[in-house]
Amino acid sequence: MKYKSQKVAYLFFATCMALFVLQLVYGFIMGFARMGLDGLHDWIPFNVARATHTNLLVVWLLAGFMGAAYYILPEEAERELYSVKLAVIQWGSLVLVSLVALVGFHFNWWEGRKFLEIPRPLDYLVVVNVLAFIFNIGVTVWRGRRFTTTGLVLFGGLLSAALLYLPGMWTFQNHVFDSYFRWWVVHLWVEGVWELIMGSILAYLLIKLTGIDREVIEKWLYVIVGLTFLSGILGTGHHYYYMGAPEYWLWVGGLFSALEPLAFLAMALWAVFLANKGGRKHPNRIALSWAVGTGIMSFVGAGFLGFAHTLPQVNIYTHGTLIVGMHGHMAFWGAYAMLVLALIAYAMPQMTGRNLFTGRIPVIAFWTANIGMVAMTAAFAVAGVAQVYLERMLGIDFLVVQENLEVHFLGLVLAACLFTTGILLYIWNFTRYGLPRDEALEAVR
Amino acid sequence: MLSKSQARLFFLGGTILFSLIFLWLTLDTIRQTPARTHMAAMDEQVLLGRKLWDENNCMGCHTILGEGAYYAPELTNVLDRKHPEWIRAFIRNPQAFYPGRRKMVAYDFTDEEIDGLIAWFRWVQGIDTNGFPKDPPLREWIKDSGQASVKE
Repeated sequence: MKYKSQKVAYLFFATCMALFVLQLVYGFIMGFARMGLDGLHDWIPFNVARATHTNLLVVWLLAGFMGAAYYILPEEAERELYSVKLAVIQWGSLVLVSLVALVGFHFNWWEGRKFLEIPRPLDYLVVVNVLAFIFNIGVTVWRGRRFTTTGLVLFGGLLSAALLYLPGMWTFQNHVFDSYFRWWVVHLWVEGVWELIMGSILAYLLIKLTGIDREVIEKWLYVIVGLTFLSGILGTGHHYYYMGAPEYWLWVGGLFSALEPLAFLAMALWAVFLANKGGRKHPNRIALSWAVGTGIMSFVGAGFLGFAHTLPQVNIYTHGTLIVGMHGHMAFWGAYAMLVLALIAYAMPQMTGRNLFTGRIPVIAFWTANIGMVAMTAAFAVAGVAQVYLERMLGIDFLVVQENLEVHFLGLVLAACLFTTGILLYIWNFTRYGLPRDEALEAVR
Repeated sequence: MLSKSQARLFFLGGTILFSLIFLWLTLDTIRQTPARTHMAAMDEQVLLGRKLWDENNCMGCHTILGEGAYYAPELTNVLDRKHPEWIRAFIRNPQAFYPGRRKMVAYDFTDEEIDGLIAWFRWVQGIDTNGFPKDPPLREWIKDSGQASVKE
């Protein structure tokens, strides 16, 4: 850590840990409900658990990105953050708005729009919150002593993510228009501008952890984010196949989303190659494991498993089945959850001056969580493939099929227990670091 | 070997080009959607149904046009499977229909509201979805083989 103001990132990282645990709780509620054990139905019906689970994910990932920006941008710009006070206020309001939204879901206060269920009045507060965030990091970058590609791509990704939130606030009487622009937010976030954020955070970590020349790393960063937009923008079309949009989206979406794995493949190769070349130079090996892991798992989850059902000829059978859950879980884990955990694993020793990255606990946490997620994905895959054949190919009644899939959710819940164990170990290690302190300035290099 | 400025040009050029194509296709989609979704048929009843659909986050369990949470049935073609009177009775007391099985929240909708939901389902069913949901290709085979085994 070079600047005192970087410490404010801790608030965001701690928030990530707390919300992640809560997300897992709601995941279990849904897993049990799918096994037929829905004793909480009267208080937390499935749609409440689902909206809470997915929105918690979105909020903790955004909190992680914000923390990452507050941690990385001062170093990239070589100056203190513009205003720590504003960052603290922004953090407090983010937590407050999120909690109000999540509690509101339990009282039927929401919009029935997948992933963007947050009620409209709170949307405006989110906009104010994000404006404060963008202003704070924007001034930091603008007044910085240097402009790096990593810093600019990170800022550009966050600014674009903020702007792309707005189309989700347009309201239309026609559901199809509403859906069309809702995907501008959801798809162009996760398969578009969030990859800018991912690429730049990964670039920052690889620069720090491998010691390889920044120019080399950043050149490939441009190629990767270039591939992302080349495929991802028109790849939005895979959401437009069957929702009322014109037929040409079948081949436009099919063609370009088939190219989407290239960006993730490039990201994985980039991380693996750089880690092999220079990975022995930094003592924090576990942070490097998370960084390389995010490259590999995002390729498998987002790239490969996304490709598996993205072609329209396949998607007409898999659209709206558990196959989506298979892809979604590993994609978000690999691309974004692991990324945030990688940065936290790197930043915590830097902010606290303590070395808790060696020993068994961090390694066990890494492998347990990842093996757990692979097993969860496998459970979803088996259930999803079975659902597609029984319901979509043979035409057996939805509920009959679901009841016959319950056993796979026992498998899912067991795998989720393994995953949760890994996450809890990671969080336990996080708490052992304690609070960031000024003595850590330049203490750990 | 690729230089950093060439890599930047690849990123900026590709992004601008594909954003423009995307905007152009979006304009065309906006132009075609009213006819493809028979927007003229969106009357007060349909809008009431849509409002209830959104306000109660029905997509949090069901799917419509394949979008949603796949915990409860796809409703795009529900009127092909169920009579409106069945839907009316079901919404009034969902748990009576499938006792001891997967539950749906019992909503206290008025008759007018349930009419709205049925009108909304009818409107959705009329959307040109490029063939979704597809008729199960092996359904007939199952029926045939079932009959064959009975004959044997």
